[in-house]
Order: sequence, then C-alpha cells, then structure tokens
Amino acid sequence: MELTRRQMLVTSTAALASVVGLPAFASATDDLIAELTGGASLGSGAITLDTPEIAENGNTVPVSVTAEGAKSVTLYADGNPVPNVATFNFGPLNPTRSAATRIRLAKTQNVVAVAQMEDGSWQMAKNEIKVTIGGCGG
Amino acid sequence: MAKGVKPRVKVPKSAAAGETITIKTLISHKMESGQRKDSDGNPIPRSIINRFTADFNGQNVIDVTLEPAISTNPYFQFDSIVPESGEFTFTWYDDDGSVYTETKSISVS
Repeated sequence: MELTRRQMLVTSTAALASVVGLPAFASATDDLIAELTGGASLGSGAITLDTPEIAENGNTVPVSVTAEGAKSVTLYADGNPVPNVATFNFGPLNPTRSAATRIRLAKTQNVVAVAQMEDGSWQMAKNEIKVTIGGCGG
Repeated sequence: MAKGVKPRVKVPKSAAAGETITIKTLISHKMESGQRKDSDGNPIPRSIINRFTADFNGQNVIDVTLEPAISTNPYFQFDSIVPESGEFTFTWYDDDGSVYTETKSISVS
C-alpha cells in the first residue's frame, strides 16, 4: 500500500483519539469510589486524614486516619498504578476508629480516605502529598 | 512461605479496666508489589500480605485489607478498649497462603 499524506493524517488522528479516550488516573479513583459507595453523596468533616505535606521517600509515607463513628475506612492514592491502598474495618472494641500505617506513593498525588459511617452515610477527606522520590519501582 | 517473616507487636503489659490502649504492630515482609521488573525486564510476581486482623478474646478490634501500595514491612498502629484481662491475637495472611500469628496477653487491674 502506498502511504499518501492524506492516509498518514487519518491514521495519526485515529491513534491520537484512542490515547485521549483512555481514562485518566484521577477518574479511575473516582470510579472506584463510586463503585464502593454506590454513587451516594460524600459528606466531609468527620474524617481527619493526617499526612506529611512533603514526603522525601515515596516508598514509605506515614499516613494516619481518624474517623469517629466510622464502620470502615478505605484509602486511595490517585496517582499510583493501582489506586487502592487499604481498607480498615473497625471492630466493636475499637473506640477511636483511628489507624496509622505507611504507604507507597509513585509520585506527587492526592490521598483520599472514604469512610462508611455507622448510620450508612459516607464521608471523604483528601490530602495532597508531594513526593520527591517515587516508590513503585519502574 | 516468604523468607525472614517475623511479626513484632507492642502491647502494654497491664491496663485499667475499660482503658483505651494503643497497639503497634510490624511484620517484616518485602511486600513485592508486582509492578517492579528484574534486570532482564521480566515483571517480578506480586507477593504481599493481603489481610491483617487483630482480636481480643475473640472480639474483633481491626480487620485490614492490604493492597500492594502498603510499604515494605507493613506497620499498623491502632487503639483498643480492654474490658478484662485476656489475650490479643494478631493474624497476617500472606498471598502464598501462609498465615502468621502472634499473641500478647494483658492483665487488667
């Protein structure tokens, strides 16, 4: 097949369209949250998400979350190859509904905490963390 | 079974009845994310701890689902009420099917 300038333009436009059509990472997180909550509206204020402003090493970033009255808390990192981080289900003996752990972050991004409260409503908190060295290999 | 897996848990030895105590746990585990590649460019298979639970006398305190985004040597800090003397049981579930447990007793005065 002879490749004319016109054909070249058509194929390159099609290739570009398919790239643009891919979902961005941020919307992948939104989709996961919508899947978790079933599209319920997200309140805010009941969750305290404690993160460093700048993390020098993305391999181990300390994160703590407190959500009084929460049944479970799910953490997401919207710039990671897989946005899911962890889900904490609190038992009857846990009074403060708080947990702290260390997570990996590939780059500067938002960490999102979504909590299901005991009355079935949903709460969300979001913090940006600046990462100087990424933590997901490569 | 992954090599060199060693759980470490910090629980106070004694507490007052109904007191809220803080528990710190750490388990040495490489938490291979499945995203990395070896020197030949082949992906290294995922090998992580996927679940962690803590119970006190059979009652659940916390149940965590872990994803590859949890750092090497997963660390958790959380609170618990101690209504009576008893034993905490901590359980980690590995991707390869191994289960690691650690118990700590606490006396309540």
